[in-house]
Amino acid sequence: MHIKIDELKSDLGTLKGFELTVGRMIEKALAEEVGPTPFPSTTNLREWDFKLLQKYKPFYMPFCDVCCLCTFGKCDLSQGKRGACGLDMAAQQSRIVLLACCIGAATHLAHARHLVKYLMEKIGRECKIDVGGLNVQVEAPVTRLVCGIEPKTLQELEDALDYCETEVTRLLSSTHTGQEGSSVDFESKIFHAGMIDHVSLEIADIAQVSALNLPKADPEAPLVSIGLGTVDVTKPVIMVVGHNVPPAVEIVDYLQENGLQGMVEVTGLCCTAHDITRYNPKAKIVGPISWQLRYIRSGIPDVIVVDEQCIRADSLDEAKKIKAPLIASSSKNCLGLPERTHDPADIIVADLVSGKTPGVLILDQAKVGEVAAKTAVLIAPKRKKLKAIPSVKKIIKDASTCRKCHECERACPNDLPIMDAVTDATKGNLEKLAGLYETCIGCARCESACPQMLPVHSFIVKAAEKKMKEEAYLIRAGRGAIQDVEIRNVGGPIVLGEIPGVIAFVGCANYPKGGEEVAEMAVEFAKRRYIVITSGCSAMSAAMYKYEDGKSPYEAFPGVFDAGGIVNVGSCVANSHIAGAAIKIASIFAKRKLSGNYEEIADYIHNRVGAVGVAWGAMSQKAAAIASGFWRLGIPVIVGPHGSKYRRMLLGRKDLEEDWYVYDARTGDQVYVGPVPEHLFYAAETKEEAMVMIAKLCMRPNDTTKGRAIKLTHYADLSNRLNGAMPDDIHLFVRTPADIPITMKDEIMAILKEKSWKEGRIPDPTLLPRMIRKKEEET
Amino acid sequence: MVKKAKRPILVVGHKVVEMDLGKEGFIDYLIRFAKATKVPLVATAHVGKEFIGRGFQPAACMPSMDIANRLRDTEWKGLDGIGQYDLALFVGLPYYMEWVILSGLKNFASELKTISLDRFYQPNASWSFPNLGLEEWKKSLNAIENELKGR
Repeated sequence: MHIKIDELKSDLGTLKGFELTVGRMIEKALAEEVGPTPFPSTTNLREWDFKLLQKYKPFYMPFCDVCCLCTFGKCDLSQGKRGACGLDMAAQQSRIVLLACCIGAATHLAHARHLVKYLMEKIGRECKIDVGGLNVQVEAPVTRLVCGIEPKTLQELEDALDYCETEVTRLLSSTHTGQEGSSVDFESKIFHAGMIDHVSLEIADIAQVSALNLPKADPEAPLVSIGLGTVDVTKPVIMVVGHNVPPAVEIVDYLQENGLQGMVEVTGLCCTAHDITRYNPKAKIVGPISWQLRYIRSGIPDVIVVDEQCIRADSLDEAKKIKAPLIASSSKNCLGLPERTHDPADIIVADLVSGKTPGVLILDQAKVGEVAAKTAVLIAPKRKKLKAIPSVKKIIKDASTCRKCHECERACPNDLPIMDAVTDATKGNLEKLAGLYETCIGCARCESACPQMLPVHSFIVKAAEKKMKEEAYLIRAGRGAIQDVEIRNVGGPIVLGEIPGVIAFVGCANYPKGGEEVAEMAVEFAKRRYIVITSGCSAMSAAMYKYEDGKSPYEAFPGVFDAGGIVNVGSCVANSHIAGAAIKIASIFAKRKLSGNYEEIADYIHNRVGAVGVAWGAMSQKAAAIASGFWRLGIPVIVGPHGSKYRRMLLGRKDLEEDWYVYDARTGDQVYVGPVPEHLFYAAETKEEAMVMIAKLCMRPNDTTKGRAIKLTHYADLSNRLNGAMPDDIHLFVRTPADIPITMKDEIMAILKEKSWKEGRIPDPTLLPRMIRKKEEET
Repeated sequence: MVKKAKRPILVVGHKVVEMDLGKEGFIDYLIRFAKATKVPLVATAHVGKEFIGRGFQPAACMPSMDIANRLRDTEWKGLDGIGQYDLALFVGLPYYMEWVILSGLKNFASELKTISLDRFYQPNASWSFPNLGLEEWKKSLNAIENELKGR
């Protein structure tokens, strides 16, 4: 609160230049002492960042040679040149990555702010934070770690939101011309943006879990329908798309309150779909973001409701093609539509149903629910599922106009053999077109590139229509947080290495060869008794796969956070629970102080928790921000080949022995521990490469001999199977003979002999001199 | 450029498995090329298995990110411990991945020359084919092979 009075005259006298500022009182009810870095600034954790960056040096891969961000330029920065402002290429690349991460963090943060505001208005400011009842006592591990506060109600989340908004603004300001000039400091700021992003994610998800009663850390969250084939097309269908669930919640509530439940299908794509099925398991998920175009063009949706993030910019144009009205519901994505927030609902409905307007912007979420439901019911009989997909006859006719210029293939992000398929179509054979369906990411760049204006994506969808209509799977609804008791059960086996790793398949659907690869990887590692976590579009892709007996992986594997589980935490914002689980292992299992104690907890996770993130189809700036939050915790992230376009990797060098020393906290000695984990951010070319690397990156300095032997078994086995050979670096991961898997003893011993291997030891590993106990005792 | 190079290296991505030259697979051509020119061959991703299966042991099997990261380091001693390479030939990586790797090397490995043997133009390479039809590309590859025999 800020009161300023320039001049006040009263009977008592005159008051001039009076100013009073009162900050919000933050209740300090934490049982534990707050650590050294509550609400850290951009530089408080800089030293920790530099320790990581010393091991994992950036490898920059510029997309272009110039900087064109100010009117000094454009400036050619290639091959050692500097711009007019003095910036070099390395700093420019890290600056661009920081910009991307700021965009990502700001997006999650603005989403969290909107959700908290909406939920405070809907449910009340004092709504308790409850993400798992008695099973979750550490309810906001990321926020507690970073901010040093323990929010108990929705309104208390605002303190952390205020902090995050300040930090994102600061970070963004450092990208201005003439500000930060060092690539390594840009990198540190990228980590900071990622950390802020994780707080924002956590706030968004714990707010919606608490206030909307989404599954609360439930390993047996309901199995819900996913796939276009699960939609009952005989009913009016509403499609929701984006990441912010309030409009979808209001649609479901309106249908329930007005006796329309079961009469209208509520279907979704992307993370809104995750969250609406967490709210109402009868809603249906159509698929990940790449299903957007094909679903609209199928003509099935009668009304399209867009909220925010990952929505196609041409969604209004696509909606017009099938005469489905579009309702925009977020100030962040208005699509040029007239705002009708304050108009009576029935008038808006009439305008949409009559076609007077193709779409509207409504910023009152309850009104969105009412308008969407009423419009769907009224327009469905008129639309009759009008689709924008050509008939086979028309495809054959139109395909004959193809000039064979290859432009479609050049435009395709995955170099799919489109032209060949179109050529075959002229002969009436649509098999090759149908074959592209699985690997097509639905971007429609082929259509934009075609000089004949052929609707190539629609050709593919039509050719695969039967398959598309048969898409019907089950996915476990996002469970939210990991229970404290689950952490207690698996904390020891993870830290000792006996559960070989925690692998999180996260992020978008920009896959190089279709989503099936995500499912195959998830199943492979679950079968190997790793803990597999999924979220976002990757969680959906993992579901759209027939495993044994035609079951989806979520039916075949339990949803518990334990060896062999496949755990869907939920939407993008639920990624915070993955970081939260790693943090809780340090806090609950190892009893490290949590609040405001970032560096120590990150040091613990980096050296002990064999966790790896895999963002196989990472596409967005949000994905970059999420990844950078994991980097600061010392958790490696693997991206698919398209991830190389993020322009920089953080790569270790296993051939440089000096990079791989840690302190032994017991003695203060510096001990060589091998390249574990070898990389912090890494793009794999193929699924096979990624799988071997996942197994390798799960190794940590703290692994016991038994744990390391288990991890080496998987690493060597996968390498033998997928690369056709034993890893040529296996000697670097053997510290003592007891590390060697017993079934591979002879083979590995021979390699060790050839490599002149020397026995090492297993320290109590830390990168932080202040954690050395011997020094403490001496002082 | 290859003839002049003192320390060339050939980096081969997984897409070579999908490339067909008609009479033979592209991978067979590359084996012949590597043997004829004595250029050490690095197989990225999981493509090493394909070479080994054909009785050819690559000089190294390593991820494309790792070999690129080492090629930009002037202090790297190479696969054989002798020293950094002065020419890197790339082929068979996903187009966009090769693009950014070549850009990284162009900007941060000033001593290194790069060549793309792929069918589509790579502007960040020191030398690249233009966009070529399949037949033209095959002819060009054969010409290079004949030129470099006994290098």
